[in-house]
Amino acid sequence: MPEEPYENLFVMSERAVGAGNAVAPAAFILALLLFFHATSASAQLPGTTTGPWTSRGGELQISYASNLEPLTINRIHSWVLYVETIEGIPVADAELTVEGGMPEHDHGLPTRPRVTRYLGDGQYLLEGMRFHMPGAWEIQIAIDALGKQDVVVIALTL
Amino acid sequence: MTRTQAWILAVLACALVPGAGWLQRTVAPPAWSDAEIMMLQSLWINSLPALPEDPSNAVAADPRAATLGWRLFFDPRLSANSAISCATCHQPERAFTDGRAKGRALGESARNTRSMVGAAYSPWQYWDGRRDSLWSQALSPLEDVAEHGGNRMQYARLMALDLTYRSSYQALFGSLPDLSDSSRFPAAASPEGNDAEIAAWQSMSAADRRMVDEIFSNVGKALAAYQRLLVPGASRFDTYVGAVIDGDTALQDKAFSADEVWGLRLFIDKARCIECHNGPLFTNNEFHNTGILSVPGELPDRGRADGLRQVMVDQFNCLGEFSDDPTRECAELRFARSGKELLGAMRTPTLRDLDRTEPFMHKGQLPTLAAVLEHYNLAPLAMIGHNEAEPLRLSRHELEQLEAFLDTLSGSLAVPPDFLQAPRSIAQ
Repeated sequence: MPEEPYENLFVMSERAVGAGNAVAPAAFILALLLFFHATSASAQLPGTTTGPWTSRGGELQISYASNLEPLTINRIHSWVLYVETIEGIPVADAELTVEGGMPEHDHGLPTRPRVTRYLGDGQYLLEGMRFHMPGAWEIQIAIDALGKQDVVVIALTL
Repeated sequence: MTRTQAWILAVLACALVPGAGWLQRTVAPPAWSDAEIMMLQSLWINSLPALPEDPSNAVAADPRAATLGWRLFFDPRLSANSAISCATCHQPERAFTDGRAKGRALGESARNTRSMVGAAYSPWQYWDGRRDSLWSQALSPLEDVAEHGGNRMQYARLMALDLTYRSSYQALFGSLPDLSDSSRFPAAASPEGNDAEIAAWQSMSAADRRMVDEIFSNVGKALAAYQRLLVPGASRFDTYVGAVIDGDTALQDKAFSADEVWGLRLFIDKARCIECHNGPLFTNNEFHNTGILSVPGELPDRGRADGLRQVMVDQFNCLGEFSDDPTRECAELRFARSGKELLGAMRTPTLRDLDRTEPFMHKGQLPTLAAVLEHYNLAPLAMIGHNEAEPLRLSRHELEQLEAFLDTLSGSLAVPPDFLQAPRSIAQ
């Protein structure tokens, strides 16, 4: 599976930061560069943005872009979630919990995806997505942000 | 109704009742819709993507490693009694299975021997996914007392002493250490072996143990480079799908009978087989509890619930020290799902080449394809966990059509012929 550049950058920046004292200043500059590179790259994210879906409470909305396009079964991949207010203001510091499944089959996702990084600008990296059956799926994203709890449900068919 | 009309009706009824079965058999199936053709194409062998990379195995795609792995695969010296090789249970002529309910080598294995065909496409190995790569999988049977029954010290020594292996190994993995000092390297030693082997292993220095572990892991990586190449070839089903895509009705009629077409329709629709048996390998390689009964006298198998625990602590998993993946991304392992639905769940097997992989299911409980279809038609309560499947309520005739379709999925493997037999040096 082709990797998206932003993923590699973040993996590299993590490793650079952990590289030890001798290379700390260089690592810091590198990490900084990578951070800005990644943030600017994330402004024009991979592939197509789908959504937005409005939260149940009606105040937030989420769109996503997948690094696997089109979405196909049996391949692990990542999404970037865009969280914003209904007025379009990016939401930082949100805690997102992702569950999913096939309502018709009463079972969940085959993996346990997690938001692993905040990419800035209301964008969150969601890793570990995989679908294992064709049909109707629902992804539920619980949002804890701006002092409120809300949920967005994304429906998709594979 | 006059007497004459009643007679006509009676004669017609007599003619139609026995004819009903005949009518059912000969009704021409309707043309496929565009959505259905897309579904057929998703199962087509030509839709099989290139072999996935395995970042945890640096030699996975190296032809030299595949050749070394091929030799190792057929070599009975990789066992406690010099009589068991991987090919004892994974027989090429049986699509790399053994025709037994449970594998039989030094003893009897706990489960049915799975086909290796297409295994490189799966993120998990074994029925319960207790290994996360072909190379880590290949290591377990080598030390299993019921299978090869050897120990990693013995295998490391074989790599060092056999001149062919030694030169192939060193070309791939770098120089082999000197293992001749018996005070440092006992005759037999392993953390997984019998008491004497474990004690011998514990007597070794950590550095020496690591050296042996590394050689052992490289044996697995070479075996995996060979096993990756075991992929299915085209079957009659694939000819049919090609003809459907091309709109070649003459070839469609030649490739498939009406019953086989109806069977395929059932497969993707009413019988819901495609939900798990999807993609060109007819498997999602995921874990499902389908209520397969345990073998009489045995406790129900906990399946993935135990397999997940084992893969997480496997020394040779993608996150372990012998993984070649510098990123340690290991997404499947890091984002693996636990949960009660995994109790009694087993990994979906491929449906290609079923003509040579009987008997079926994780302990070989079901001897024939007809018995498997009967099982799914009834969908009994699971003995452990929850059966995801629901009764299909297919008629006898529909079950026959489904079986006729499944028989079209057999073909020859798309593997270089040499790799389907033992190297000459071993065969002689």
